[in-house]
Amino acid sequence: MAVVDPLLVVDDVRLAFAGIVALDGVSFTVGNGELFAIIGPNGAGKTSIFNCLNGVYRPQRGSITLAGTELIGMSPHRIAEVGVARTFQNIELFENLTVLENLQLGRHLAVGYGTGAAMVWKGKAQREEVEHRRRVEEIIDFLEIEPFRKQLVGMLPYGVQKRVELGRALAMDPKLLLLDEPAAGMNLEETEDIARFILDIKEELDVAMILVEHDMGLVMDIADRVMVLDFGVKIADGTPDEVQRNPDVIKAYLGETLEAGS
Amino acid sequence: MRGRPNLYTSYEADGAIFPTATQKVTFWLGVAGMVALPFLGLSRVWLILLATTFVAAIGAIGLNLVTGYAGQISLGHAFFLGVGCYTGAALSGDPGGSVIGMGLDMLIWLPAAGLVAALAGVIVAPVALRLKGLYLALVTLGLVFLGEHIFRNWESLTGGGGVGRKPPVLSLLGWRFDQPGAIAGIEVSKEQQIYLLTFILLLILGFAAKNLARSKVGRAFAAIRDRDIAADVMGVNLTWYKVVAFAVSSFYAGVAGSLYFATTGFVEPASFNLLLSILFIAMVVIGGASSIAGSIMGAAFVTLLPQIIDSTSDFLPLIGDGSAGVLSPAQFERILFGLLIVIFLIFEPLGLYGIWIRVRNYWKAWPFSY
Repeated sequence: MAVVDPLLVVDDVRLAFAGIVALDGVSFTVGNGELFAIIGPNGAGKTSIFNCLNGVYRPQRGSITLAGTELIGMSPHRIAEVGVARTFQNIELFENLTVLENLQLGRHLAVGYGTGAAMVWKGKAQREEVEHRRRVEEIIDFLEIEPFRKQLVGMLPYGVQKRVELGRALAMDPKLLLLDEPAAGMNLEETEDIARFILDIKEELDVAMILVEHDMGLVMDIADRVMVLDFGVKIADGTPDEVQRNPDVIKAYLGETLEAGS
Repeated sequence: MRGRPNLYTSYEADGAIFPTATQKVTFWLGVAGMVALPFLGLSRVWLILLATTFVAAIGAIGLNLVTGYAGQISLGHAFFLGVGCYTGAALSGDPGGSVIGMGLDMLIWLPAAGLVAALAGVIVAPVALRLKGLYLALVTLGLVFLGEHIFRNWESLTGGGGVGRKPPVLSLLGWRFDQPGAIAGIEVSKEQQIYLLTFILLLILGFAAKNLARSKVGRAFAAIRDRDIAADVMGVNLTWYKVVAFAVSSFYAGVAGSLYFATTGFVEPASFNLLLSILFIAMVVIGGASSIAGSIMGAAFVTLLPQIIDSTSDFLPLIGDGSAGVLSPAQFERILFGLLIVIFLIFEPLGLYGIWIRVRNYWKAWPFSY
């Protein structure tokens, strides 16, 4: 199932660590403003795809293009410039900085002044800091984290840290947002909060998103399309309904039934 | 805002170094006090000691930028101090002497001392792109030995071991800081002038560093320190910011090195050794990593403590030169600094600055405990 005029095109990507093949010929497309989910059992290669998308890993074969720009071979900070932001499965916040500073760091590429202007402060640096602070405050407001603004993120509860990390990625004003298990380790209420934020991002900010998640209820409820991976190979791709009915998917998740197994 | 000192109504105020009027007034009163201090009958020895403290603080701020903020552990600070020290001396020195000298003004030799050291920092920085933590510490440690060897053997620059050379001349556009003069009709001695000069330089460089720390660059440093891969993914160019961290840090070291020579008047090629690097690490750890105010507190503590031990050693048991004690004051200092680094790392990683914040917060809420 292809998308007309896609934002992201992943074509035949293969990633191997010595003998272990993490991704084998994976291809998919993500459209503008689309919420695309990747599911699969543990070790299927979901996070490996993210690491390829933002340049932490370099695939041996294939191509990844975002709005026509080839991403493979670029360093992570260059890919960030092209417009890819992400959150991490195990929170990777800068724990000795405050919530505000973490979000301001998300604005890093948007802030224009250099080291010299920073040391003088008055003038260009101060003006830009205030300007970008406004954008950061919008995100703080959007994610409802006002009470924690000046607190060190290392001290915050897990659920709030997850939200701050989402905020840091949003502060980058990305074209494509990668969400690596945003609801992992959350209770029902927190999961619903996150689902609401993701839908709000989709509606208000019109950002394309790729969601990796183990909470099937969440994925099937909010995703536009779902891709299923198993041992680095794509086994299905389609709307949540199509995927849920796909026999290969059922086999990958539940194992083969005794009758079919022989 | 009258009566509501903690209510900020603009982002400018929220991002200010002194967000409240009280803090601002207190700070500038403190500065005025420090400016007035040399005219209150302080002895020459104490004036020079305080000037040395200011110079050490400049160096400590530099080390804190690279180690405290950017998280790149550097034991090579003594090398950069040495590079700055001899650059300043060579550019300032007498052109006709036995050692290299250009006879240039302070307006040139002081920034040049910083810039040459910064250049050395830029050359070393690529090592930090490959190595982290202890491995980086070891490589920068090698730098100190390399530097020591060069300084000892390059006699036309340093004068050689045991001989040395003349310090850079504190002469700014014809004004001699190292000779008695008169400012606005007030007689000032050499020591008073050096005190004021180093204090003003510390003020300028301290504010510059503080501005850097609260800017985009400071946040990038902290991001690299806390999570380098996440920083990269967020768009922070690790190569560039590590180079900037080493360059700025070494610039501060270079300025401090040349001023140290000019202030104390005597430097040996062997002075820029591992012990000096460790003293600066002690300043950062004791004062407080990733804090500019902490760097200054740490520098004051480490510079003034030996003086206090020296002058009180007669009263301390077991400490004294020769037969007077088991440990000489110098040995005692080394043990004490080593011990203090360990104690601060374990019990108060935020250093003296952290203690100060805690005391301040206690009195803010006083007499209520919460």
